[in-house]
Amino acid sequence: MAASPGAVSPVSATASSPTLEVRNLQTHFFTRAGVVKAVDGVSFTVGRGKVMGLVGESGSGKTVTGFSILGLVDEPGRIVGGEILFHGQNLARLKEEEMRQLRGNRIAMIFQDPMMTLNPVLRVDTQMIETVLAHTKVSKEEARQRARDTLGMVGIPSPDERLKSYPHQFSGGMRQRVAIAIALLHRPELIVADEPTTALDVTIQAQILAEVQKLCAQTGTAMIWITHDLTVVAGLADELAVMYAGRVVEHGPVNGTLDKPLHPYTMGLIGSVPSRNKRGEPLRQIPGMTPSLLNLPVGCAFRTRCPKAQDKCQQDPPLGELLPGRRARCFFPYNMPAEAAA
Amino acid sequence: MSVYLLRRLLQSVLVMLAMSVIVFVGVFAIGDPVEILISPDADQMERERAIKALGLDLPLWMQYLSFLGNALRGDLGRSFVFNEPALQLILQRMPATLELALGATIMALIIGLPLGLYAGLKPKSPLSSTIMAGSILGFSLPTFWVGLMLIMVFAVQLGWLPSTGRGPTVEVLGMRWSFLTWDGLRHLAMPALNLALFKISLVIRLTRAGVRETMLMDYVKFARAKGLSPARVTYVHVFKNILIPVVTVVGLELGSTIAFSVVTESVFAWPGMGKLIIDSINVLDRPVIVAYLMMIVLMFITINLLVDLAYSALDPRVRLENK
Repeated sequence: MAASPGAVSPVSATASSPTLEVRNLQTHFFTRAGVVKAVDGVSFTVGRGKVMGLVGESGSGKTVTGFSILGLVDEPGRIVGGEILFHGQNLARLKEEEMRQLRGNRIAMIFQDPMMTLNPVLRVDTQMIETVLAHTKVSKEEARQRARDTLGMVGIPSPDERLKSYPHQFSGGMRQRVAIAIALLHRPELIVADEPTTALDVTIQAQILAEVQKLCAQTGTAMIWITHDLTVVAGLADELAVMYAGRVVEHGPVNGTLDKPLHPYTMGLIGSVPSRNKRGEPLRQIPGMTPSLLNLPVGCAFRTRCPKAQDKCQQDPPLGELLPGRRARCFFPYNMPAEAAA
Repeated sequence: MSVYLLRRLLQSVLVMLAMSVIVFVGVFAIGDPVEILISPDADQMERERAIKALGLDLPLWMQYLSFLGNALRGDLGRSFVFNEPALQLILQRMPATLELALGATIMALIIGLPLGLYAGLKPKSPLSSTIMAGSILGFSLPTFWVGLMLIMVFAVQLGWLPSTGRGPTVEVLGMRWSFLTWDGLRHLAMPALNLALFKISLVIRLTRAGVRETMLMDYVKFARAKGLSPARVTYVHVFKNILIPVVTVVGLELGSTIAFSVVTESVFAWPGMGKLIIDSINVLDRPVIVAYLMMIVLMFITINLLVDLAYSALDPRVRLENK
């Protein structure tokens, strides 16, 4: 497969600078009922070849964070503050045409529902070739060749034949492979994967996770893996950011965070995962519902559902570094050394 | 595919048969043409001779059977009034109606699709609101009134376009067409626009709704995430999807446009089938009425079949495959 000229940026040669650095990102939706702060001051970095897990319930702002990075936030939403630094270049300030040249080329996205992401009336080859031609000046034949090679790479048998098929002739797992192949066409430096395995069978899910991991390691692609499924990120991600009501409430390396969570919300999420060790016990769940973003509690947004909440939680807790490399937005965290000693 | 076609054809024959019974009985029930056709001062002998000549003395079922037998041989009866084969009368006037209906449909697509697309892509712009308000007018103003107003403005006051008739015609394939000459086109413009008005509004609304719905689909966002140009997203990814409902509805509408161009043809004295049927109903010219209705049924069946085929060409998911 010929390397695309746009794929390797001169800036990415400096190994020390992270591929993506999000600083205090704020994406708000200006609805008739009021301003919805879907993403409210989110910061994280993703290095070359690293996988960042972005975890949270529905409506916690994970997907909007992903769309913000690609510049795909639609009306009435708008990025109102913060920086999205891609190799030091602020994407939030980029003109639409400059952003379009990055999308699908150096930054790619994989969507949640493979049944919905491919256009039903266009053949797979059309949808792949147009992606190649949008960013590189090659002949249609070369573009088809690259499409076929990439389909083979993601494990689609007899890619030549499959190129001529329509999306409805593929199973869900195969469609997601096609979508992943489209994302990989230009060997992007960053992939935003928005719950790409949620709609798939567990066996297919495992296969796709393994493939994606392999491909990322091979190409040095950085990845943001958005999910609500802790078991998926456990085996995949290097770092973890847990989002709640538009904010990161806990951030740290994946193992430490899952073994000894600091924030009560993370604790609740882990507690609600079914496991063999808890056979026979009723599944624990976090009481209450995700609050409406239009009407958040004052102070800590989680306090109305939190078992440890006290009067102090009516103030806004900062995202502080509570342990080395571990940050959480909580006044009364779990698993602190002092608490363990007591 | 061929199995599908065969089944469709068989169904069509049954529909035609059922329709012929309904039409025949219905027309029989409307009234007795004898009263209108025969002069009031004709004596009893003349009356009876005329009734016998027209075949009206036989019982209904025998009349129907003889009609059916003749119809199978392509003979739909002779007009009581013109004393010409009814089918020939209709076929003579069909090109005029066809070119009027097709002209109106093409106009509806050429005007309706771009306006609907614009209104769907920029729903908040003032121009879009104007387009949508205009489409409500197109829906609600009565055709005959708009026709009269068009004549008032363009024929009477401005004098740009002729108000009646087809103008000069050119014979192609044994039929006379007026869209092939400049003057014929000028004659066609106003009636076609009049007939198109409702359909333009329909296409605008369908297109706008389709665009608004399709723009929210994941595959459109994915197409944008692939870095495609906005033009490609709109004209390939969105447009191809909205064509499916538009083609269906416009295709089905074509049948009713042909069948119900009666009003426009009357207003503009357009010598088409619609005018013929109105005249025939006035004098209870039974064979012409029956033949006309049978033609319309045939036309609807054909159009529905063509729409289904076009639909499967546009939407791969309903492509008719041999299983």
